[in-house]
Amino acid sequence: MDFTFISGQLFTGLSVGSILLLAALGLALSFGLMRVINMAHGEFLMVGGYLTYLAAQWAGPTLGDAYLWVAFPLAFLGAALLGAVMEFTVIRRLYGRPLDTLLATFGISLILQQAARQLFGSTGVPVTAPAWLGGALQLGDVTLPFVRLFVIALALIVLGGMWWLLNRSRFGMHVRAVNQNREMAAALGVNTRSLDLLVFALGAGVAGAAGVGLALIAPVNPTVGAAYIVNAFLVVVVGGVGSVLGGAVAAVLLGFVTALAEGFTSVSLAQAILLVLVVAFLQWKPRGLIPTKSRALEEA
Amino acid sequence: MKLSTSTMAVIAVLIALAFAPLYLGAYPLTLLGRVLALSIAAVGVMVVWGRAGILSLGQGLFFGLGGYALAMHLKLVATPRGELPDFMLYNGVEALPWFWAPFASAPFALAMVLILPAAAAGLVAWLMFRRRITGVYVSIITQALLLAFVTWLNGSQGLTSGTNGVTDFQTFLGVNLRGPNVANGLYWVTLLFVALALCGTALLLRTPFGAILTAIRDNENRTRFLGFNPAAFKIAAFMLGGLLAGVSGALYTLHLGTISPAMIGTAFSIELVVWVALGGRASLIGAAAGLVLGQLVKDRISSAAPDAWLYVMGSLFVLVVLVMPQGVAGLLQGRRRPAPLPTPPSPLTREVSDAV
Repeated sequence: MDFTFISGQLFTGLSVGSILLLAALGLALSFGLMRVINMAHGEFLMVGGYLTYLAAQWAGPTLGDAYLWVAFPLAFLGAALLGAVMEFTVIRRLYGRPLDTLLATFGISLILQQAARQLFGSTGVPVTAPAWLGGALQLGDVTLPFVRLFVIALALIVLGGMWWLLNRSRFGMHVRAVNQNREMAAALGVNTRSLDLLVFALGAGVAGAAGVGLALIAPVNPTVGAAYIVNAFLVVVVGGVGSVLGGAVAAVLLGFVTALAEGFTSVSLAQAILLVLVVAFLQWKPRGLIPTKSRALEEA
Repeated sequence: MKLSTSTMAVIAVLIALAFAPLYLGAYPLTLLGRVLALSIAAVGVMVVWGRAGILSLGQGLFFGLGGYALAMHLKLVATPRGELPDFMLYNGVEALPWFWAPFASAPFALAMVLILPAAAAGLVAWLMFRRRITGVYVSIITQALLLAFVTWLNGSQGLTSGTNGVTDFQTFLGVNLRGPNVANGLYWVTLLFVALALCGTALLLRTPFGAILTAIRDNENRTRFLGFNPAAFKIAAFMLGGLLAGVSGALYTLHLGTISPAMIGTAFSIELVVWVALGGRASLIGAAAGLVLGQLVKDRISSAAPDAWLYVMGSLFVLVVLVMPQGVAGLLQGRRRPAPLPTPPSPLTREVSDAV
């Protein structure tokens, strides 16, 4: 195996990791804040992907390549709205019962997948990437497709925005306060209910935006979310629950490991190797790379 | 010993089921046998989830190990001596892989139906519970391991027949599987295993072992402070759940005459959990009955309106959890006394409610 091959695989790993990161951000936020496991989170990716497809269908003929700038807000808002409805109708009735939310949200994901199957068919719908994303950057022998670079940039921008939001804004201060001690934050006047709703919708929206990136790389099908959800959960577990930075590092690591293992063995073996590595890693650090510090004896 | 009303009801149902071949047609009987085979896995889910509080989303892994262990034997028996199974020939495999060879022996294969799932469950449980990995982490890891297994099966065309699964069985222990009276015999064997699983588990859960499992489910730390090692008990419970899933998988393979990765995947494993939740996760009978009735209803609806089925299924997930967390068994019991919620409220809310 030569240098070109390995660096090519690393680059693919980085772009896979970027999508994983965007998918995992929302999971990490809602799990950290509400101890809610959302199995339907992958379907936000799917919704974002389909909204991109619709944007390309409707706005493509008039706007041309600029449909992408319609797709982003559409995918973000569409997924966020869906997330808000979900939080309001189901999730908030299940606080303190993480295993039950897992089952209920899996049911929701079944419904959403079936709805997508009936609306768009079970084969993938292709989205034509704008022409300016068509080329590739040539670095020596290594080819870096613009589409994948774009996805990496998207992940970086969202990560930066999220960091700013959580660490520099008033909203972020409230989120961190509720994360540390929900009752105390509520006693000091933070409206935890509406904060839960906002955070859940935000996580869903980010996943929706990730769906745009996904649609540019591969056709969107009803099970695209299900394909990403397990790995996104692994990112959350490896990164440390509720830690955005840990999630980012874990997503890139997982992307690298998958891409390298796929390069040297087969895709199916690579997935198996990845999972075994994650279980082994948890033997060493059961609470993830960057665990939330807590003196509580019991964690949900 | 004085028998309670519910025990007598169960015995009556089992007797009624034993005579089912006399009054049921061929298709309903096959369906019932198949579903009863699955109910053994549901008993396992009840032990692991309902009693020990561990939500495994990867029971299909152990179910599949049991099923494949038997299927490998059946396949080798159906293959002429000295030849390779047909799918290996298609895939250009030239010698029998080492892990296939011993399955030619029936005693070995039957032992593996029990040992393989139990040992795998033990290893997985040991790795997780030793490091005090709990709650949703366990669910995620078990689901991920199942996914890895299924992906590997799908990808190893020449070793496991990939997505097609292992099929075309002829005889088992000298009995022709396509013979005239095999359906009834298989049904009774299945029912015997169901009765064994129910009685054995019921007796086991009455012992101090069962009481400690409940204690771990309700408060693991308190149990630890009382001097018990929760990990050891959880590993034992998980192994029992894996064993039951393995037996269930082997019987199911016999009933269907095939086993494939699609039969044991994520959807199957989560569905198993939901039927148990619907019947009542804390009740042995509720779990088994929930699965049997649920699967029968599924058979009717999904053959009448395949598209609608996933909507029904999805809504059921949400409704069971929102409206009746203790399932139907909990509703029935609730008239007499309120059943405790299996998942404790979060430590934060508990602190507050204690203070109030």
